[in-house]
Amino acid sequence: MLREVGHDGKVLAGGQSLIPVLNMRLAQPAHLVDINGISGLASVEVSDTAVRVGALVRHAALEREASARHTLPLLSQALGNVAHPAIRNRGTTVGSIAHADAAGEMPAVAVLTAAVIEAVSASGTREIAAADFFQGPLETTLAEDELIVAIRFGTFPAGTRTAFLESARRQGDYALAGVAAALTVADGVVGRALASFVSVTDVPDILDLTEAVRGQEPGGIDWSVVDDLVQGHVSPEADIHATADYRRALVGELTRRAFARTAAPEVSA
Amino acid sequence: MTTRQLGAPIRRREDPRLLTGNGRYLDDLGAGALHAAFVRSTSAHARIVDIDITDAWEVEGVEAIYTYEDLEGPMAQPLPVLIPHPALTHARTGYALVNGEVNHVGEPVVMVVARDRYLAEDAAARIRVDYEALPVVVGVEAARSASVLVHDDAPGNVAAHLVQEVGDVEAALAAAPHTLTIPLTIERSACMPMEGKGVLARWDRDEQSMRMWSSTQTSTGVRAAVAARLELPLARIHCIAPDVGGGFGVKIVHPWAEELLVPWAARALGRDVKWTEDRREHFISSAHERAQLQEVTVGFDDDGVVLGLDVKVWHDNGAYTPYGIIVPIITSTQLLGPYKPGAYRCEFWSLYTNTVIVTPYRGAGRPQGVFAMERTMDAIAAHLGKDRADVREANFILPEEMPYDHGLMFQDGRPLKYDSGDFPASLAKLKALVGWDDFTAYRKQAEAAGRKVGLGIGCYVEGTGVGPYEAGHVQVETSGRVNVATGLTTQGQGHETAFAQIVADELGVRIEDVHVTTGDTRRMGYAVGTFASRAAVMSGNAIAFAAKAVREKALRIAADALEANPDDLEIEDGVISVKGAPGTSISLSSVAVLSNPLRYAFDEAAKAATQFAGTFDPDKPPVADGEEPGLEGKGVYSPTQATFANGMHAAIVETDPVTAEITILRYCVIHDCGVMINPLIVEGQVHGGVAQGVGGALYERMAYDESGQLLNASFMDFLMPYASEVPHVETDHLETPSPLNPLGIKGAGEAGCIPVSAVIASAIEDAEGFPILSMPISPSELWELRRQHATKGQS
Repeated sequence: MLREVGHDGKVLAGGQSLIPVLNMRLAQPAHLVDINGISGLASVEVSDTAVRVGALVRHAALEREASARHTLPLLSQALGNVAHPAIRNRGTTVGSIAHADAAGEMPAVAVLTAAVIEAVSASGTREIAAADFFQGPLETTLAEDELIVAIRFGTFPAGTRTAFLESARRQGDYALAGVAAALTVADGVVGRALASFVSVTDVPDILDLTEAVRGQEPGGIDWSVVDDLVQGHVSPEADIHATADYRRALVGELTRRAFARTAAPEVSA
Repeated sequence: MTTRQLGAPIRRREDPRLLTGNGRYLDDLGAGALHAAFVRSTSAHARIVDIDITDAWEVEGVEAIYTYEDLEGPMAQPLPVLIPHPALTHARTGYALVNGEVNHVGEPVVMVVARDRYLAEDAAARIRVDYEALPVVVGVEAARSASVLVHDDAPGNVAAHLVQEVGDVEAALAAAPHTLTIPLTIERSACMPMEGKGVLARWDRDEQSMRMWSSTQTSTGVRAAVAARLELPLARIHCIAPDVGGGFGVKIVHPWAEELLVPWAARALGRDVKWTEDRREHFISSAHERAQLQEVTVGFDDDGVVLGLDVKVWHDNGAYTPYGIIVPIITSTQLLGPYKPGAYRCEFWSLYTNTVIVTPYRGAGRPQGVFAMERTMDAIAAHLGKDRADVREANFILPEEMPYDHGLMFQDGRPLKYDSGDFPASLAKLKALVGWDDFTAYRKQAEAAGRKVGLGIGCYVEGTGVGPYEAGHVQVETSGRVNVATGLTTQGQGHETAFAQIVADELGVRIEDVHVTTGDTRRMGYAVGTFASRAAVMSGNAIAFAAKAVREKALRIAADALEANPDDLEIEDGVISVKGAPGTSISLSSVAVLSNPLRYAFDEAAKAATQFAGTFDPDKPPVADGEEPGLEGKGVYSPTQATFANGMHAAIVETDPVTAEITILRYCVIHDCGVMINPLIVEGQVHGGVAQGVGGALYERMAYDESGQLLNASFMDFLMPYASEVPHVETDHLETPSPLNPLGIKGAGEAGCIPVSAVIASAIEDAEGFPILSMPISPSELWELRRQHATKGQS
């Protein structure tokens, strides 16, 4: 069906981004392809290497899924920041990644977890690495006739702790800036430190901060050492809610706090 | 005696209906009606060159398309200037549909009527309007500089210029030991009721009569306006305000263009026509408020006592002035709050801009005035190194000085004369509630933990219950049902409960038997409207008078029936009995039967009122001289002046030392609205007001770009606070009864929001150590301010 109408159609899953756009007449697709009736898309499968989330899994369901939370805590850490409970009850995690809003939380999580996007079309199945998926604001490499049936979020190596922090003008709004952080500790010292960002980069990508802190004991790190790296990496824009300089400073601070949280002994992965 | 209802914190009787989806709002009415949609101007200032509607007619289901060319007679005239004022020398209003020149984005240019709203909008989207752009005025500075004019014939963009002065300000300032000049800015916000505007009209061709429903704050006002513009006899038109989902001021403006066009189209088409405003329309074509630039010059002595106060206000009134200059008048008078200003001069310029019109929004100019005065009080305290509460107290009007006449004219054209209030007592309560004297210790503790906290304060006085009048009608049916009607409207304030409480007490009936109708011209043709925190004061007292009249009539009839003296009778739970002899009694429902002598008995109870029942004295007329049939009565309340409520708020805020995020840790309110009819409702009003105040202080603004486009015309980008942003509100009340009305009440509707911007600015200033002169303030702005002050400190 997407092959027939894909050029002038939109896939409807949770509708939490699409319906407002239709409401405001910002898009007028000729066809809505409602996938809510397709069976088999609403499951969460957890293995040692990945959490596989079907296209119809609602944010709220994934947030509550105990095994996913245990295997990949970053999912629920981030999902708690996705809009409001009412939106999380309808909106799908896959849908928000397909929407590819750089102000969305889950695209940032997708890249940090090296997620794999499973896209299906009449010609077969294609797997796309998250790093290759996001092209620009609201732009992806997904073809018109492709449907994402699931996304596999990769798990982190043993000894990894994660944190997700963002700052929004109001609880649940699009963040002025946000960060997902993953710190891997081996033999008591930092082996890897990765971050991805919300609202301050054109497309979500990974900033590897390992070199700044490699080999240090996590509890003793002054995380302001990553500040220049973070502020150099992001490219925030000014809007009516905040200046670019403020966002840059904000994301720097959020990153320091997020890593400080991953390094704090009481936080368990 | 039955428990007294007045003063009882009973739950609102309307809530089960309203909170379970059983309210009947405008859009719930008129199934089958045609729907209107509007093409609205996309340009902020332009001449219309051409309107091409050809393509729109191709949309199936379109019934009519109207432009200004289709309007005739009074419909083609400019909309009325509702409140003329001698100082409003250059009043301008728009038209029901744009006549040639548009003056802000959102003005209605074309009206499309179709089978449903989707089709109407599809058709509207096909209409092409060609504009010849004119230069645009956005913001007070641009208006004041007047390098571009909004209206060619309004020089300087000045709609009105008004000076009020008491005493010799220049001499007072010259003689004052200390003077300060403070520039201040307040940005735009808006009412944003949950339900936007809406109109439904039904023309009865057979009766040649109109029935219309509007989500309005004044159904009598809309009725009169529509009668005039449609040239209908008043008797042939009725207007009903159904359940209304909030107003906050924007719906007191009338007639909105749509309130004229919808009934006009209904008559032309002979079909029901409905229009429901969507949120974007509400943003760009209703009303905003608040934006002002101010300059305060104050002279004071070593104790902080104000000797002279000179205030200049540049007020952004938007593109037109349909509601006159009420807002800046209120700013310039209510600015004084609980203080004696010494000599006082306030001068304001009400200025045109190519943006949405400015009309009263809850608080109506007071938040700006209080901001000016309270920032000034804090500045005096900072200058003298004195405690901010002490400086305020040094300037208070004292209870023994009441009534206190400021020598100024208030918004109702009457003297600004405070009737009551005990400001020192209110302040003492506030200091105790917030822990004013313990804050230094608290701050030390917080600072030791690397936190920044600040304490803020703000005081205000609010003239409420302005005239000219409201009327009430109370009628007892033979079933014992008590019908109460008053003409002003309800937008969720709890009138069904509060007015019933008054009647239950005054009449001596169970509250369950009392049924309140508001805003329906079929039930009450004379009314002013719901605004200015006036409903409880005005209609509450009017209804109390009406209930008293009914009570007296009931006692007269009962006295005849019981062969007793009316003075010996009492009414309790709808039963009239002789005091001390409860066996000798008659029900109010039976009195209602007797009050209306009958020829025909239609049920068992009615038999008592018929001619052969032997009830009536054959030597007297069945309806006594001077009486009317029926157990009903009217009351009117028309006060000589407003009654003045007051309040004092304090807040503790925390500002993040790095991210400058602002958190309200505590918010404390002392509120004095005289006698409370229902403390629960008053509490709710205060909470709601504070919520809106927090919005105005920290979140909301109208982000216009330089071309006059509103960039944040949705709830995604206009940041109305959620429950998560509104602090827990701690309240305490003082009840200084108003001497002006029998119930001793004052208005409470606007109170909560009035001082919030002042209080939050005061608290942030206290936390940061540099002055906060502009509100609202965001973390980004606070962060930039910190950077500026840090740079200043270094240079």
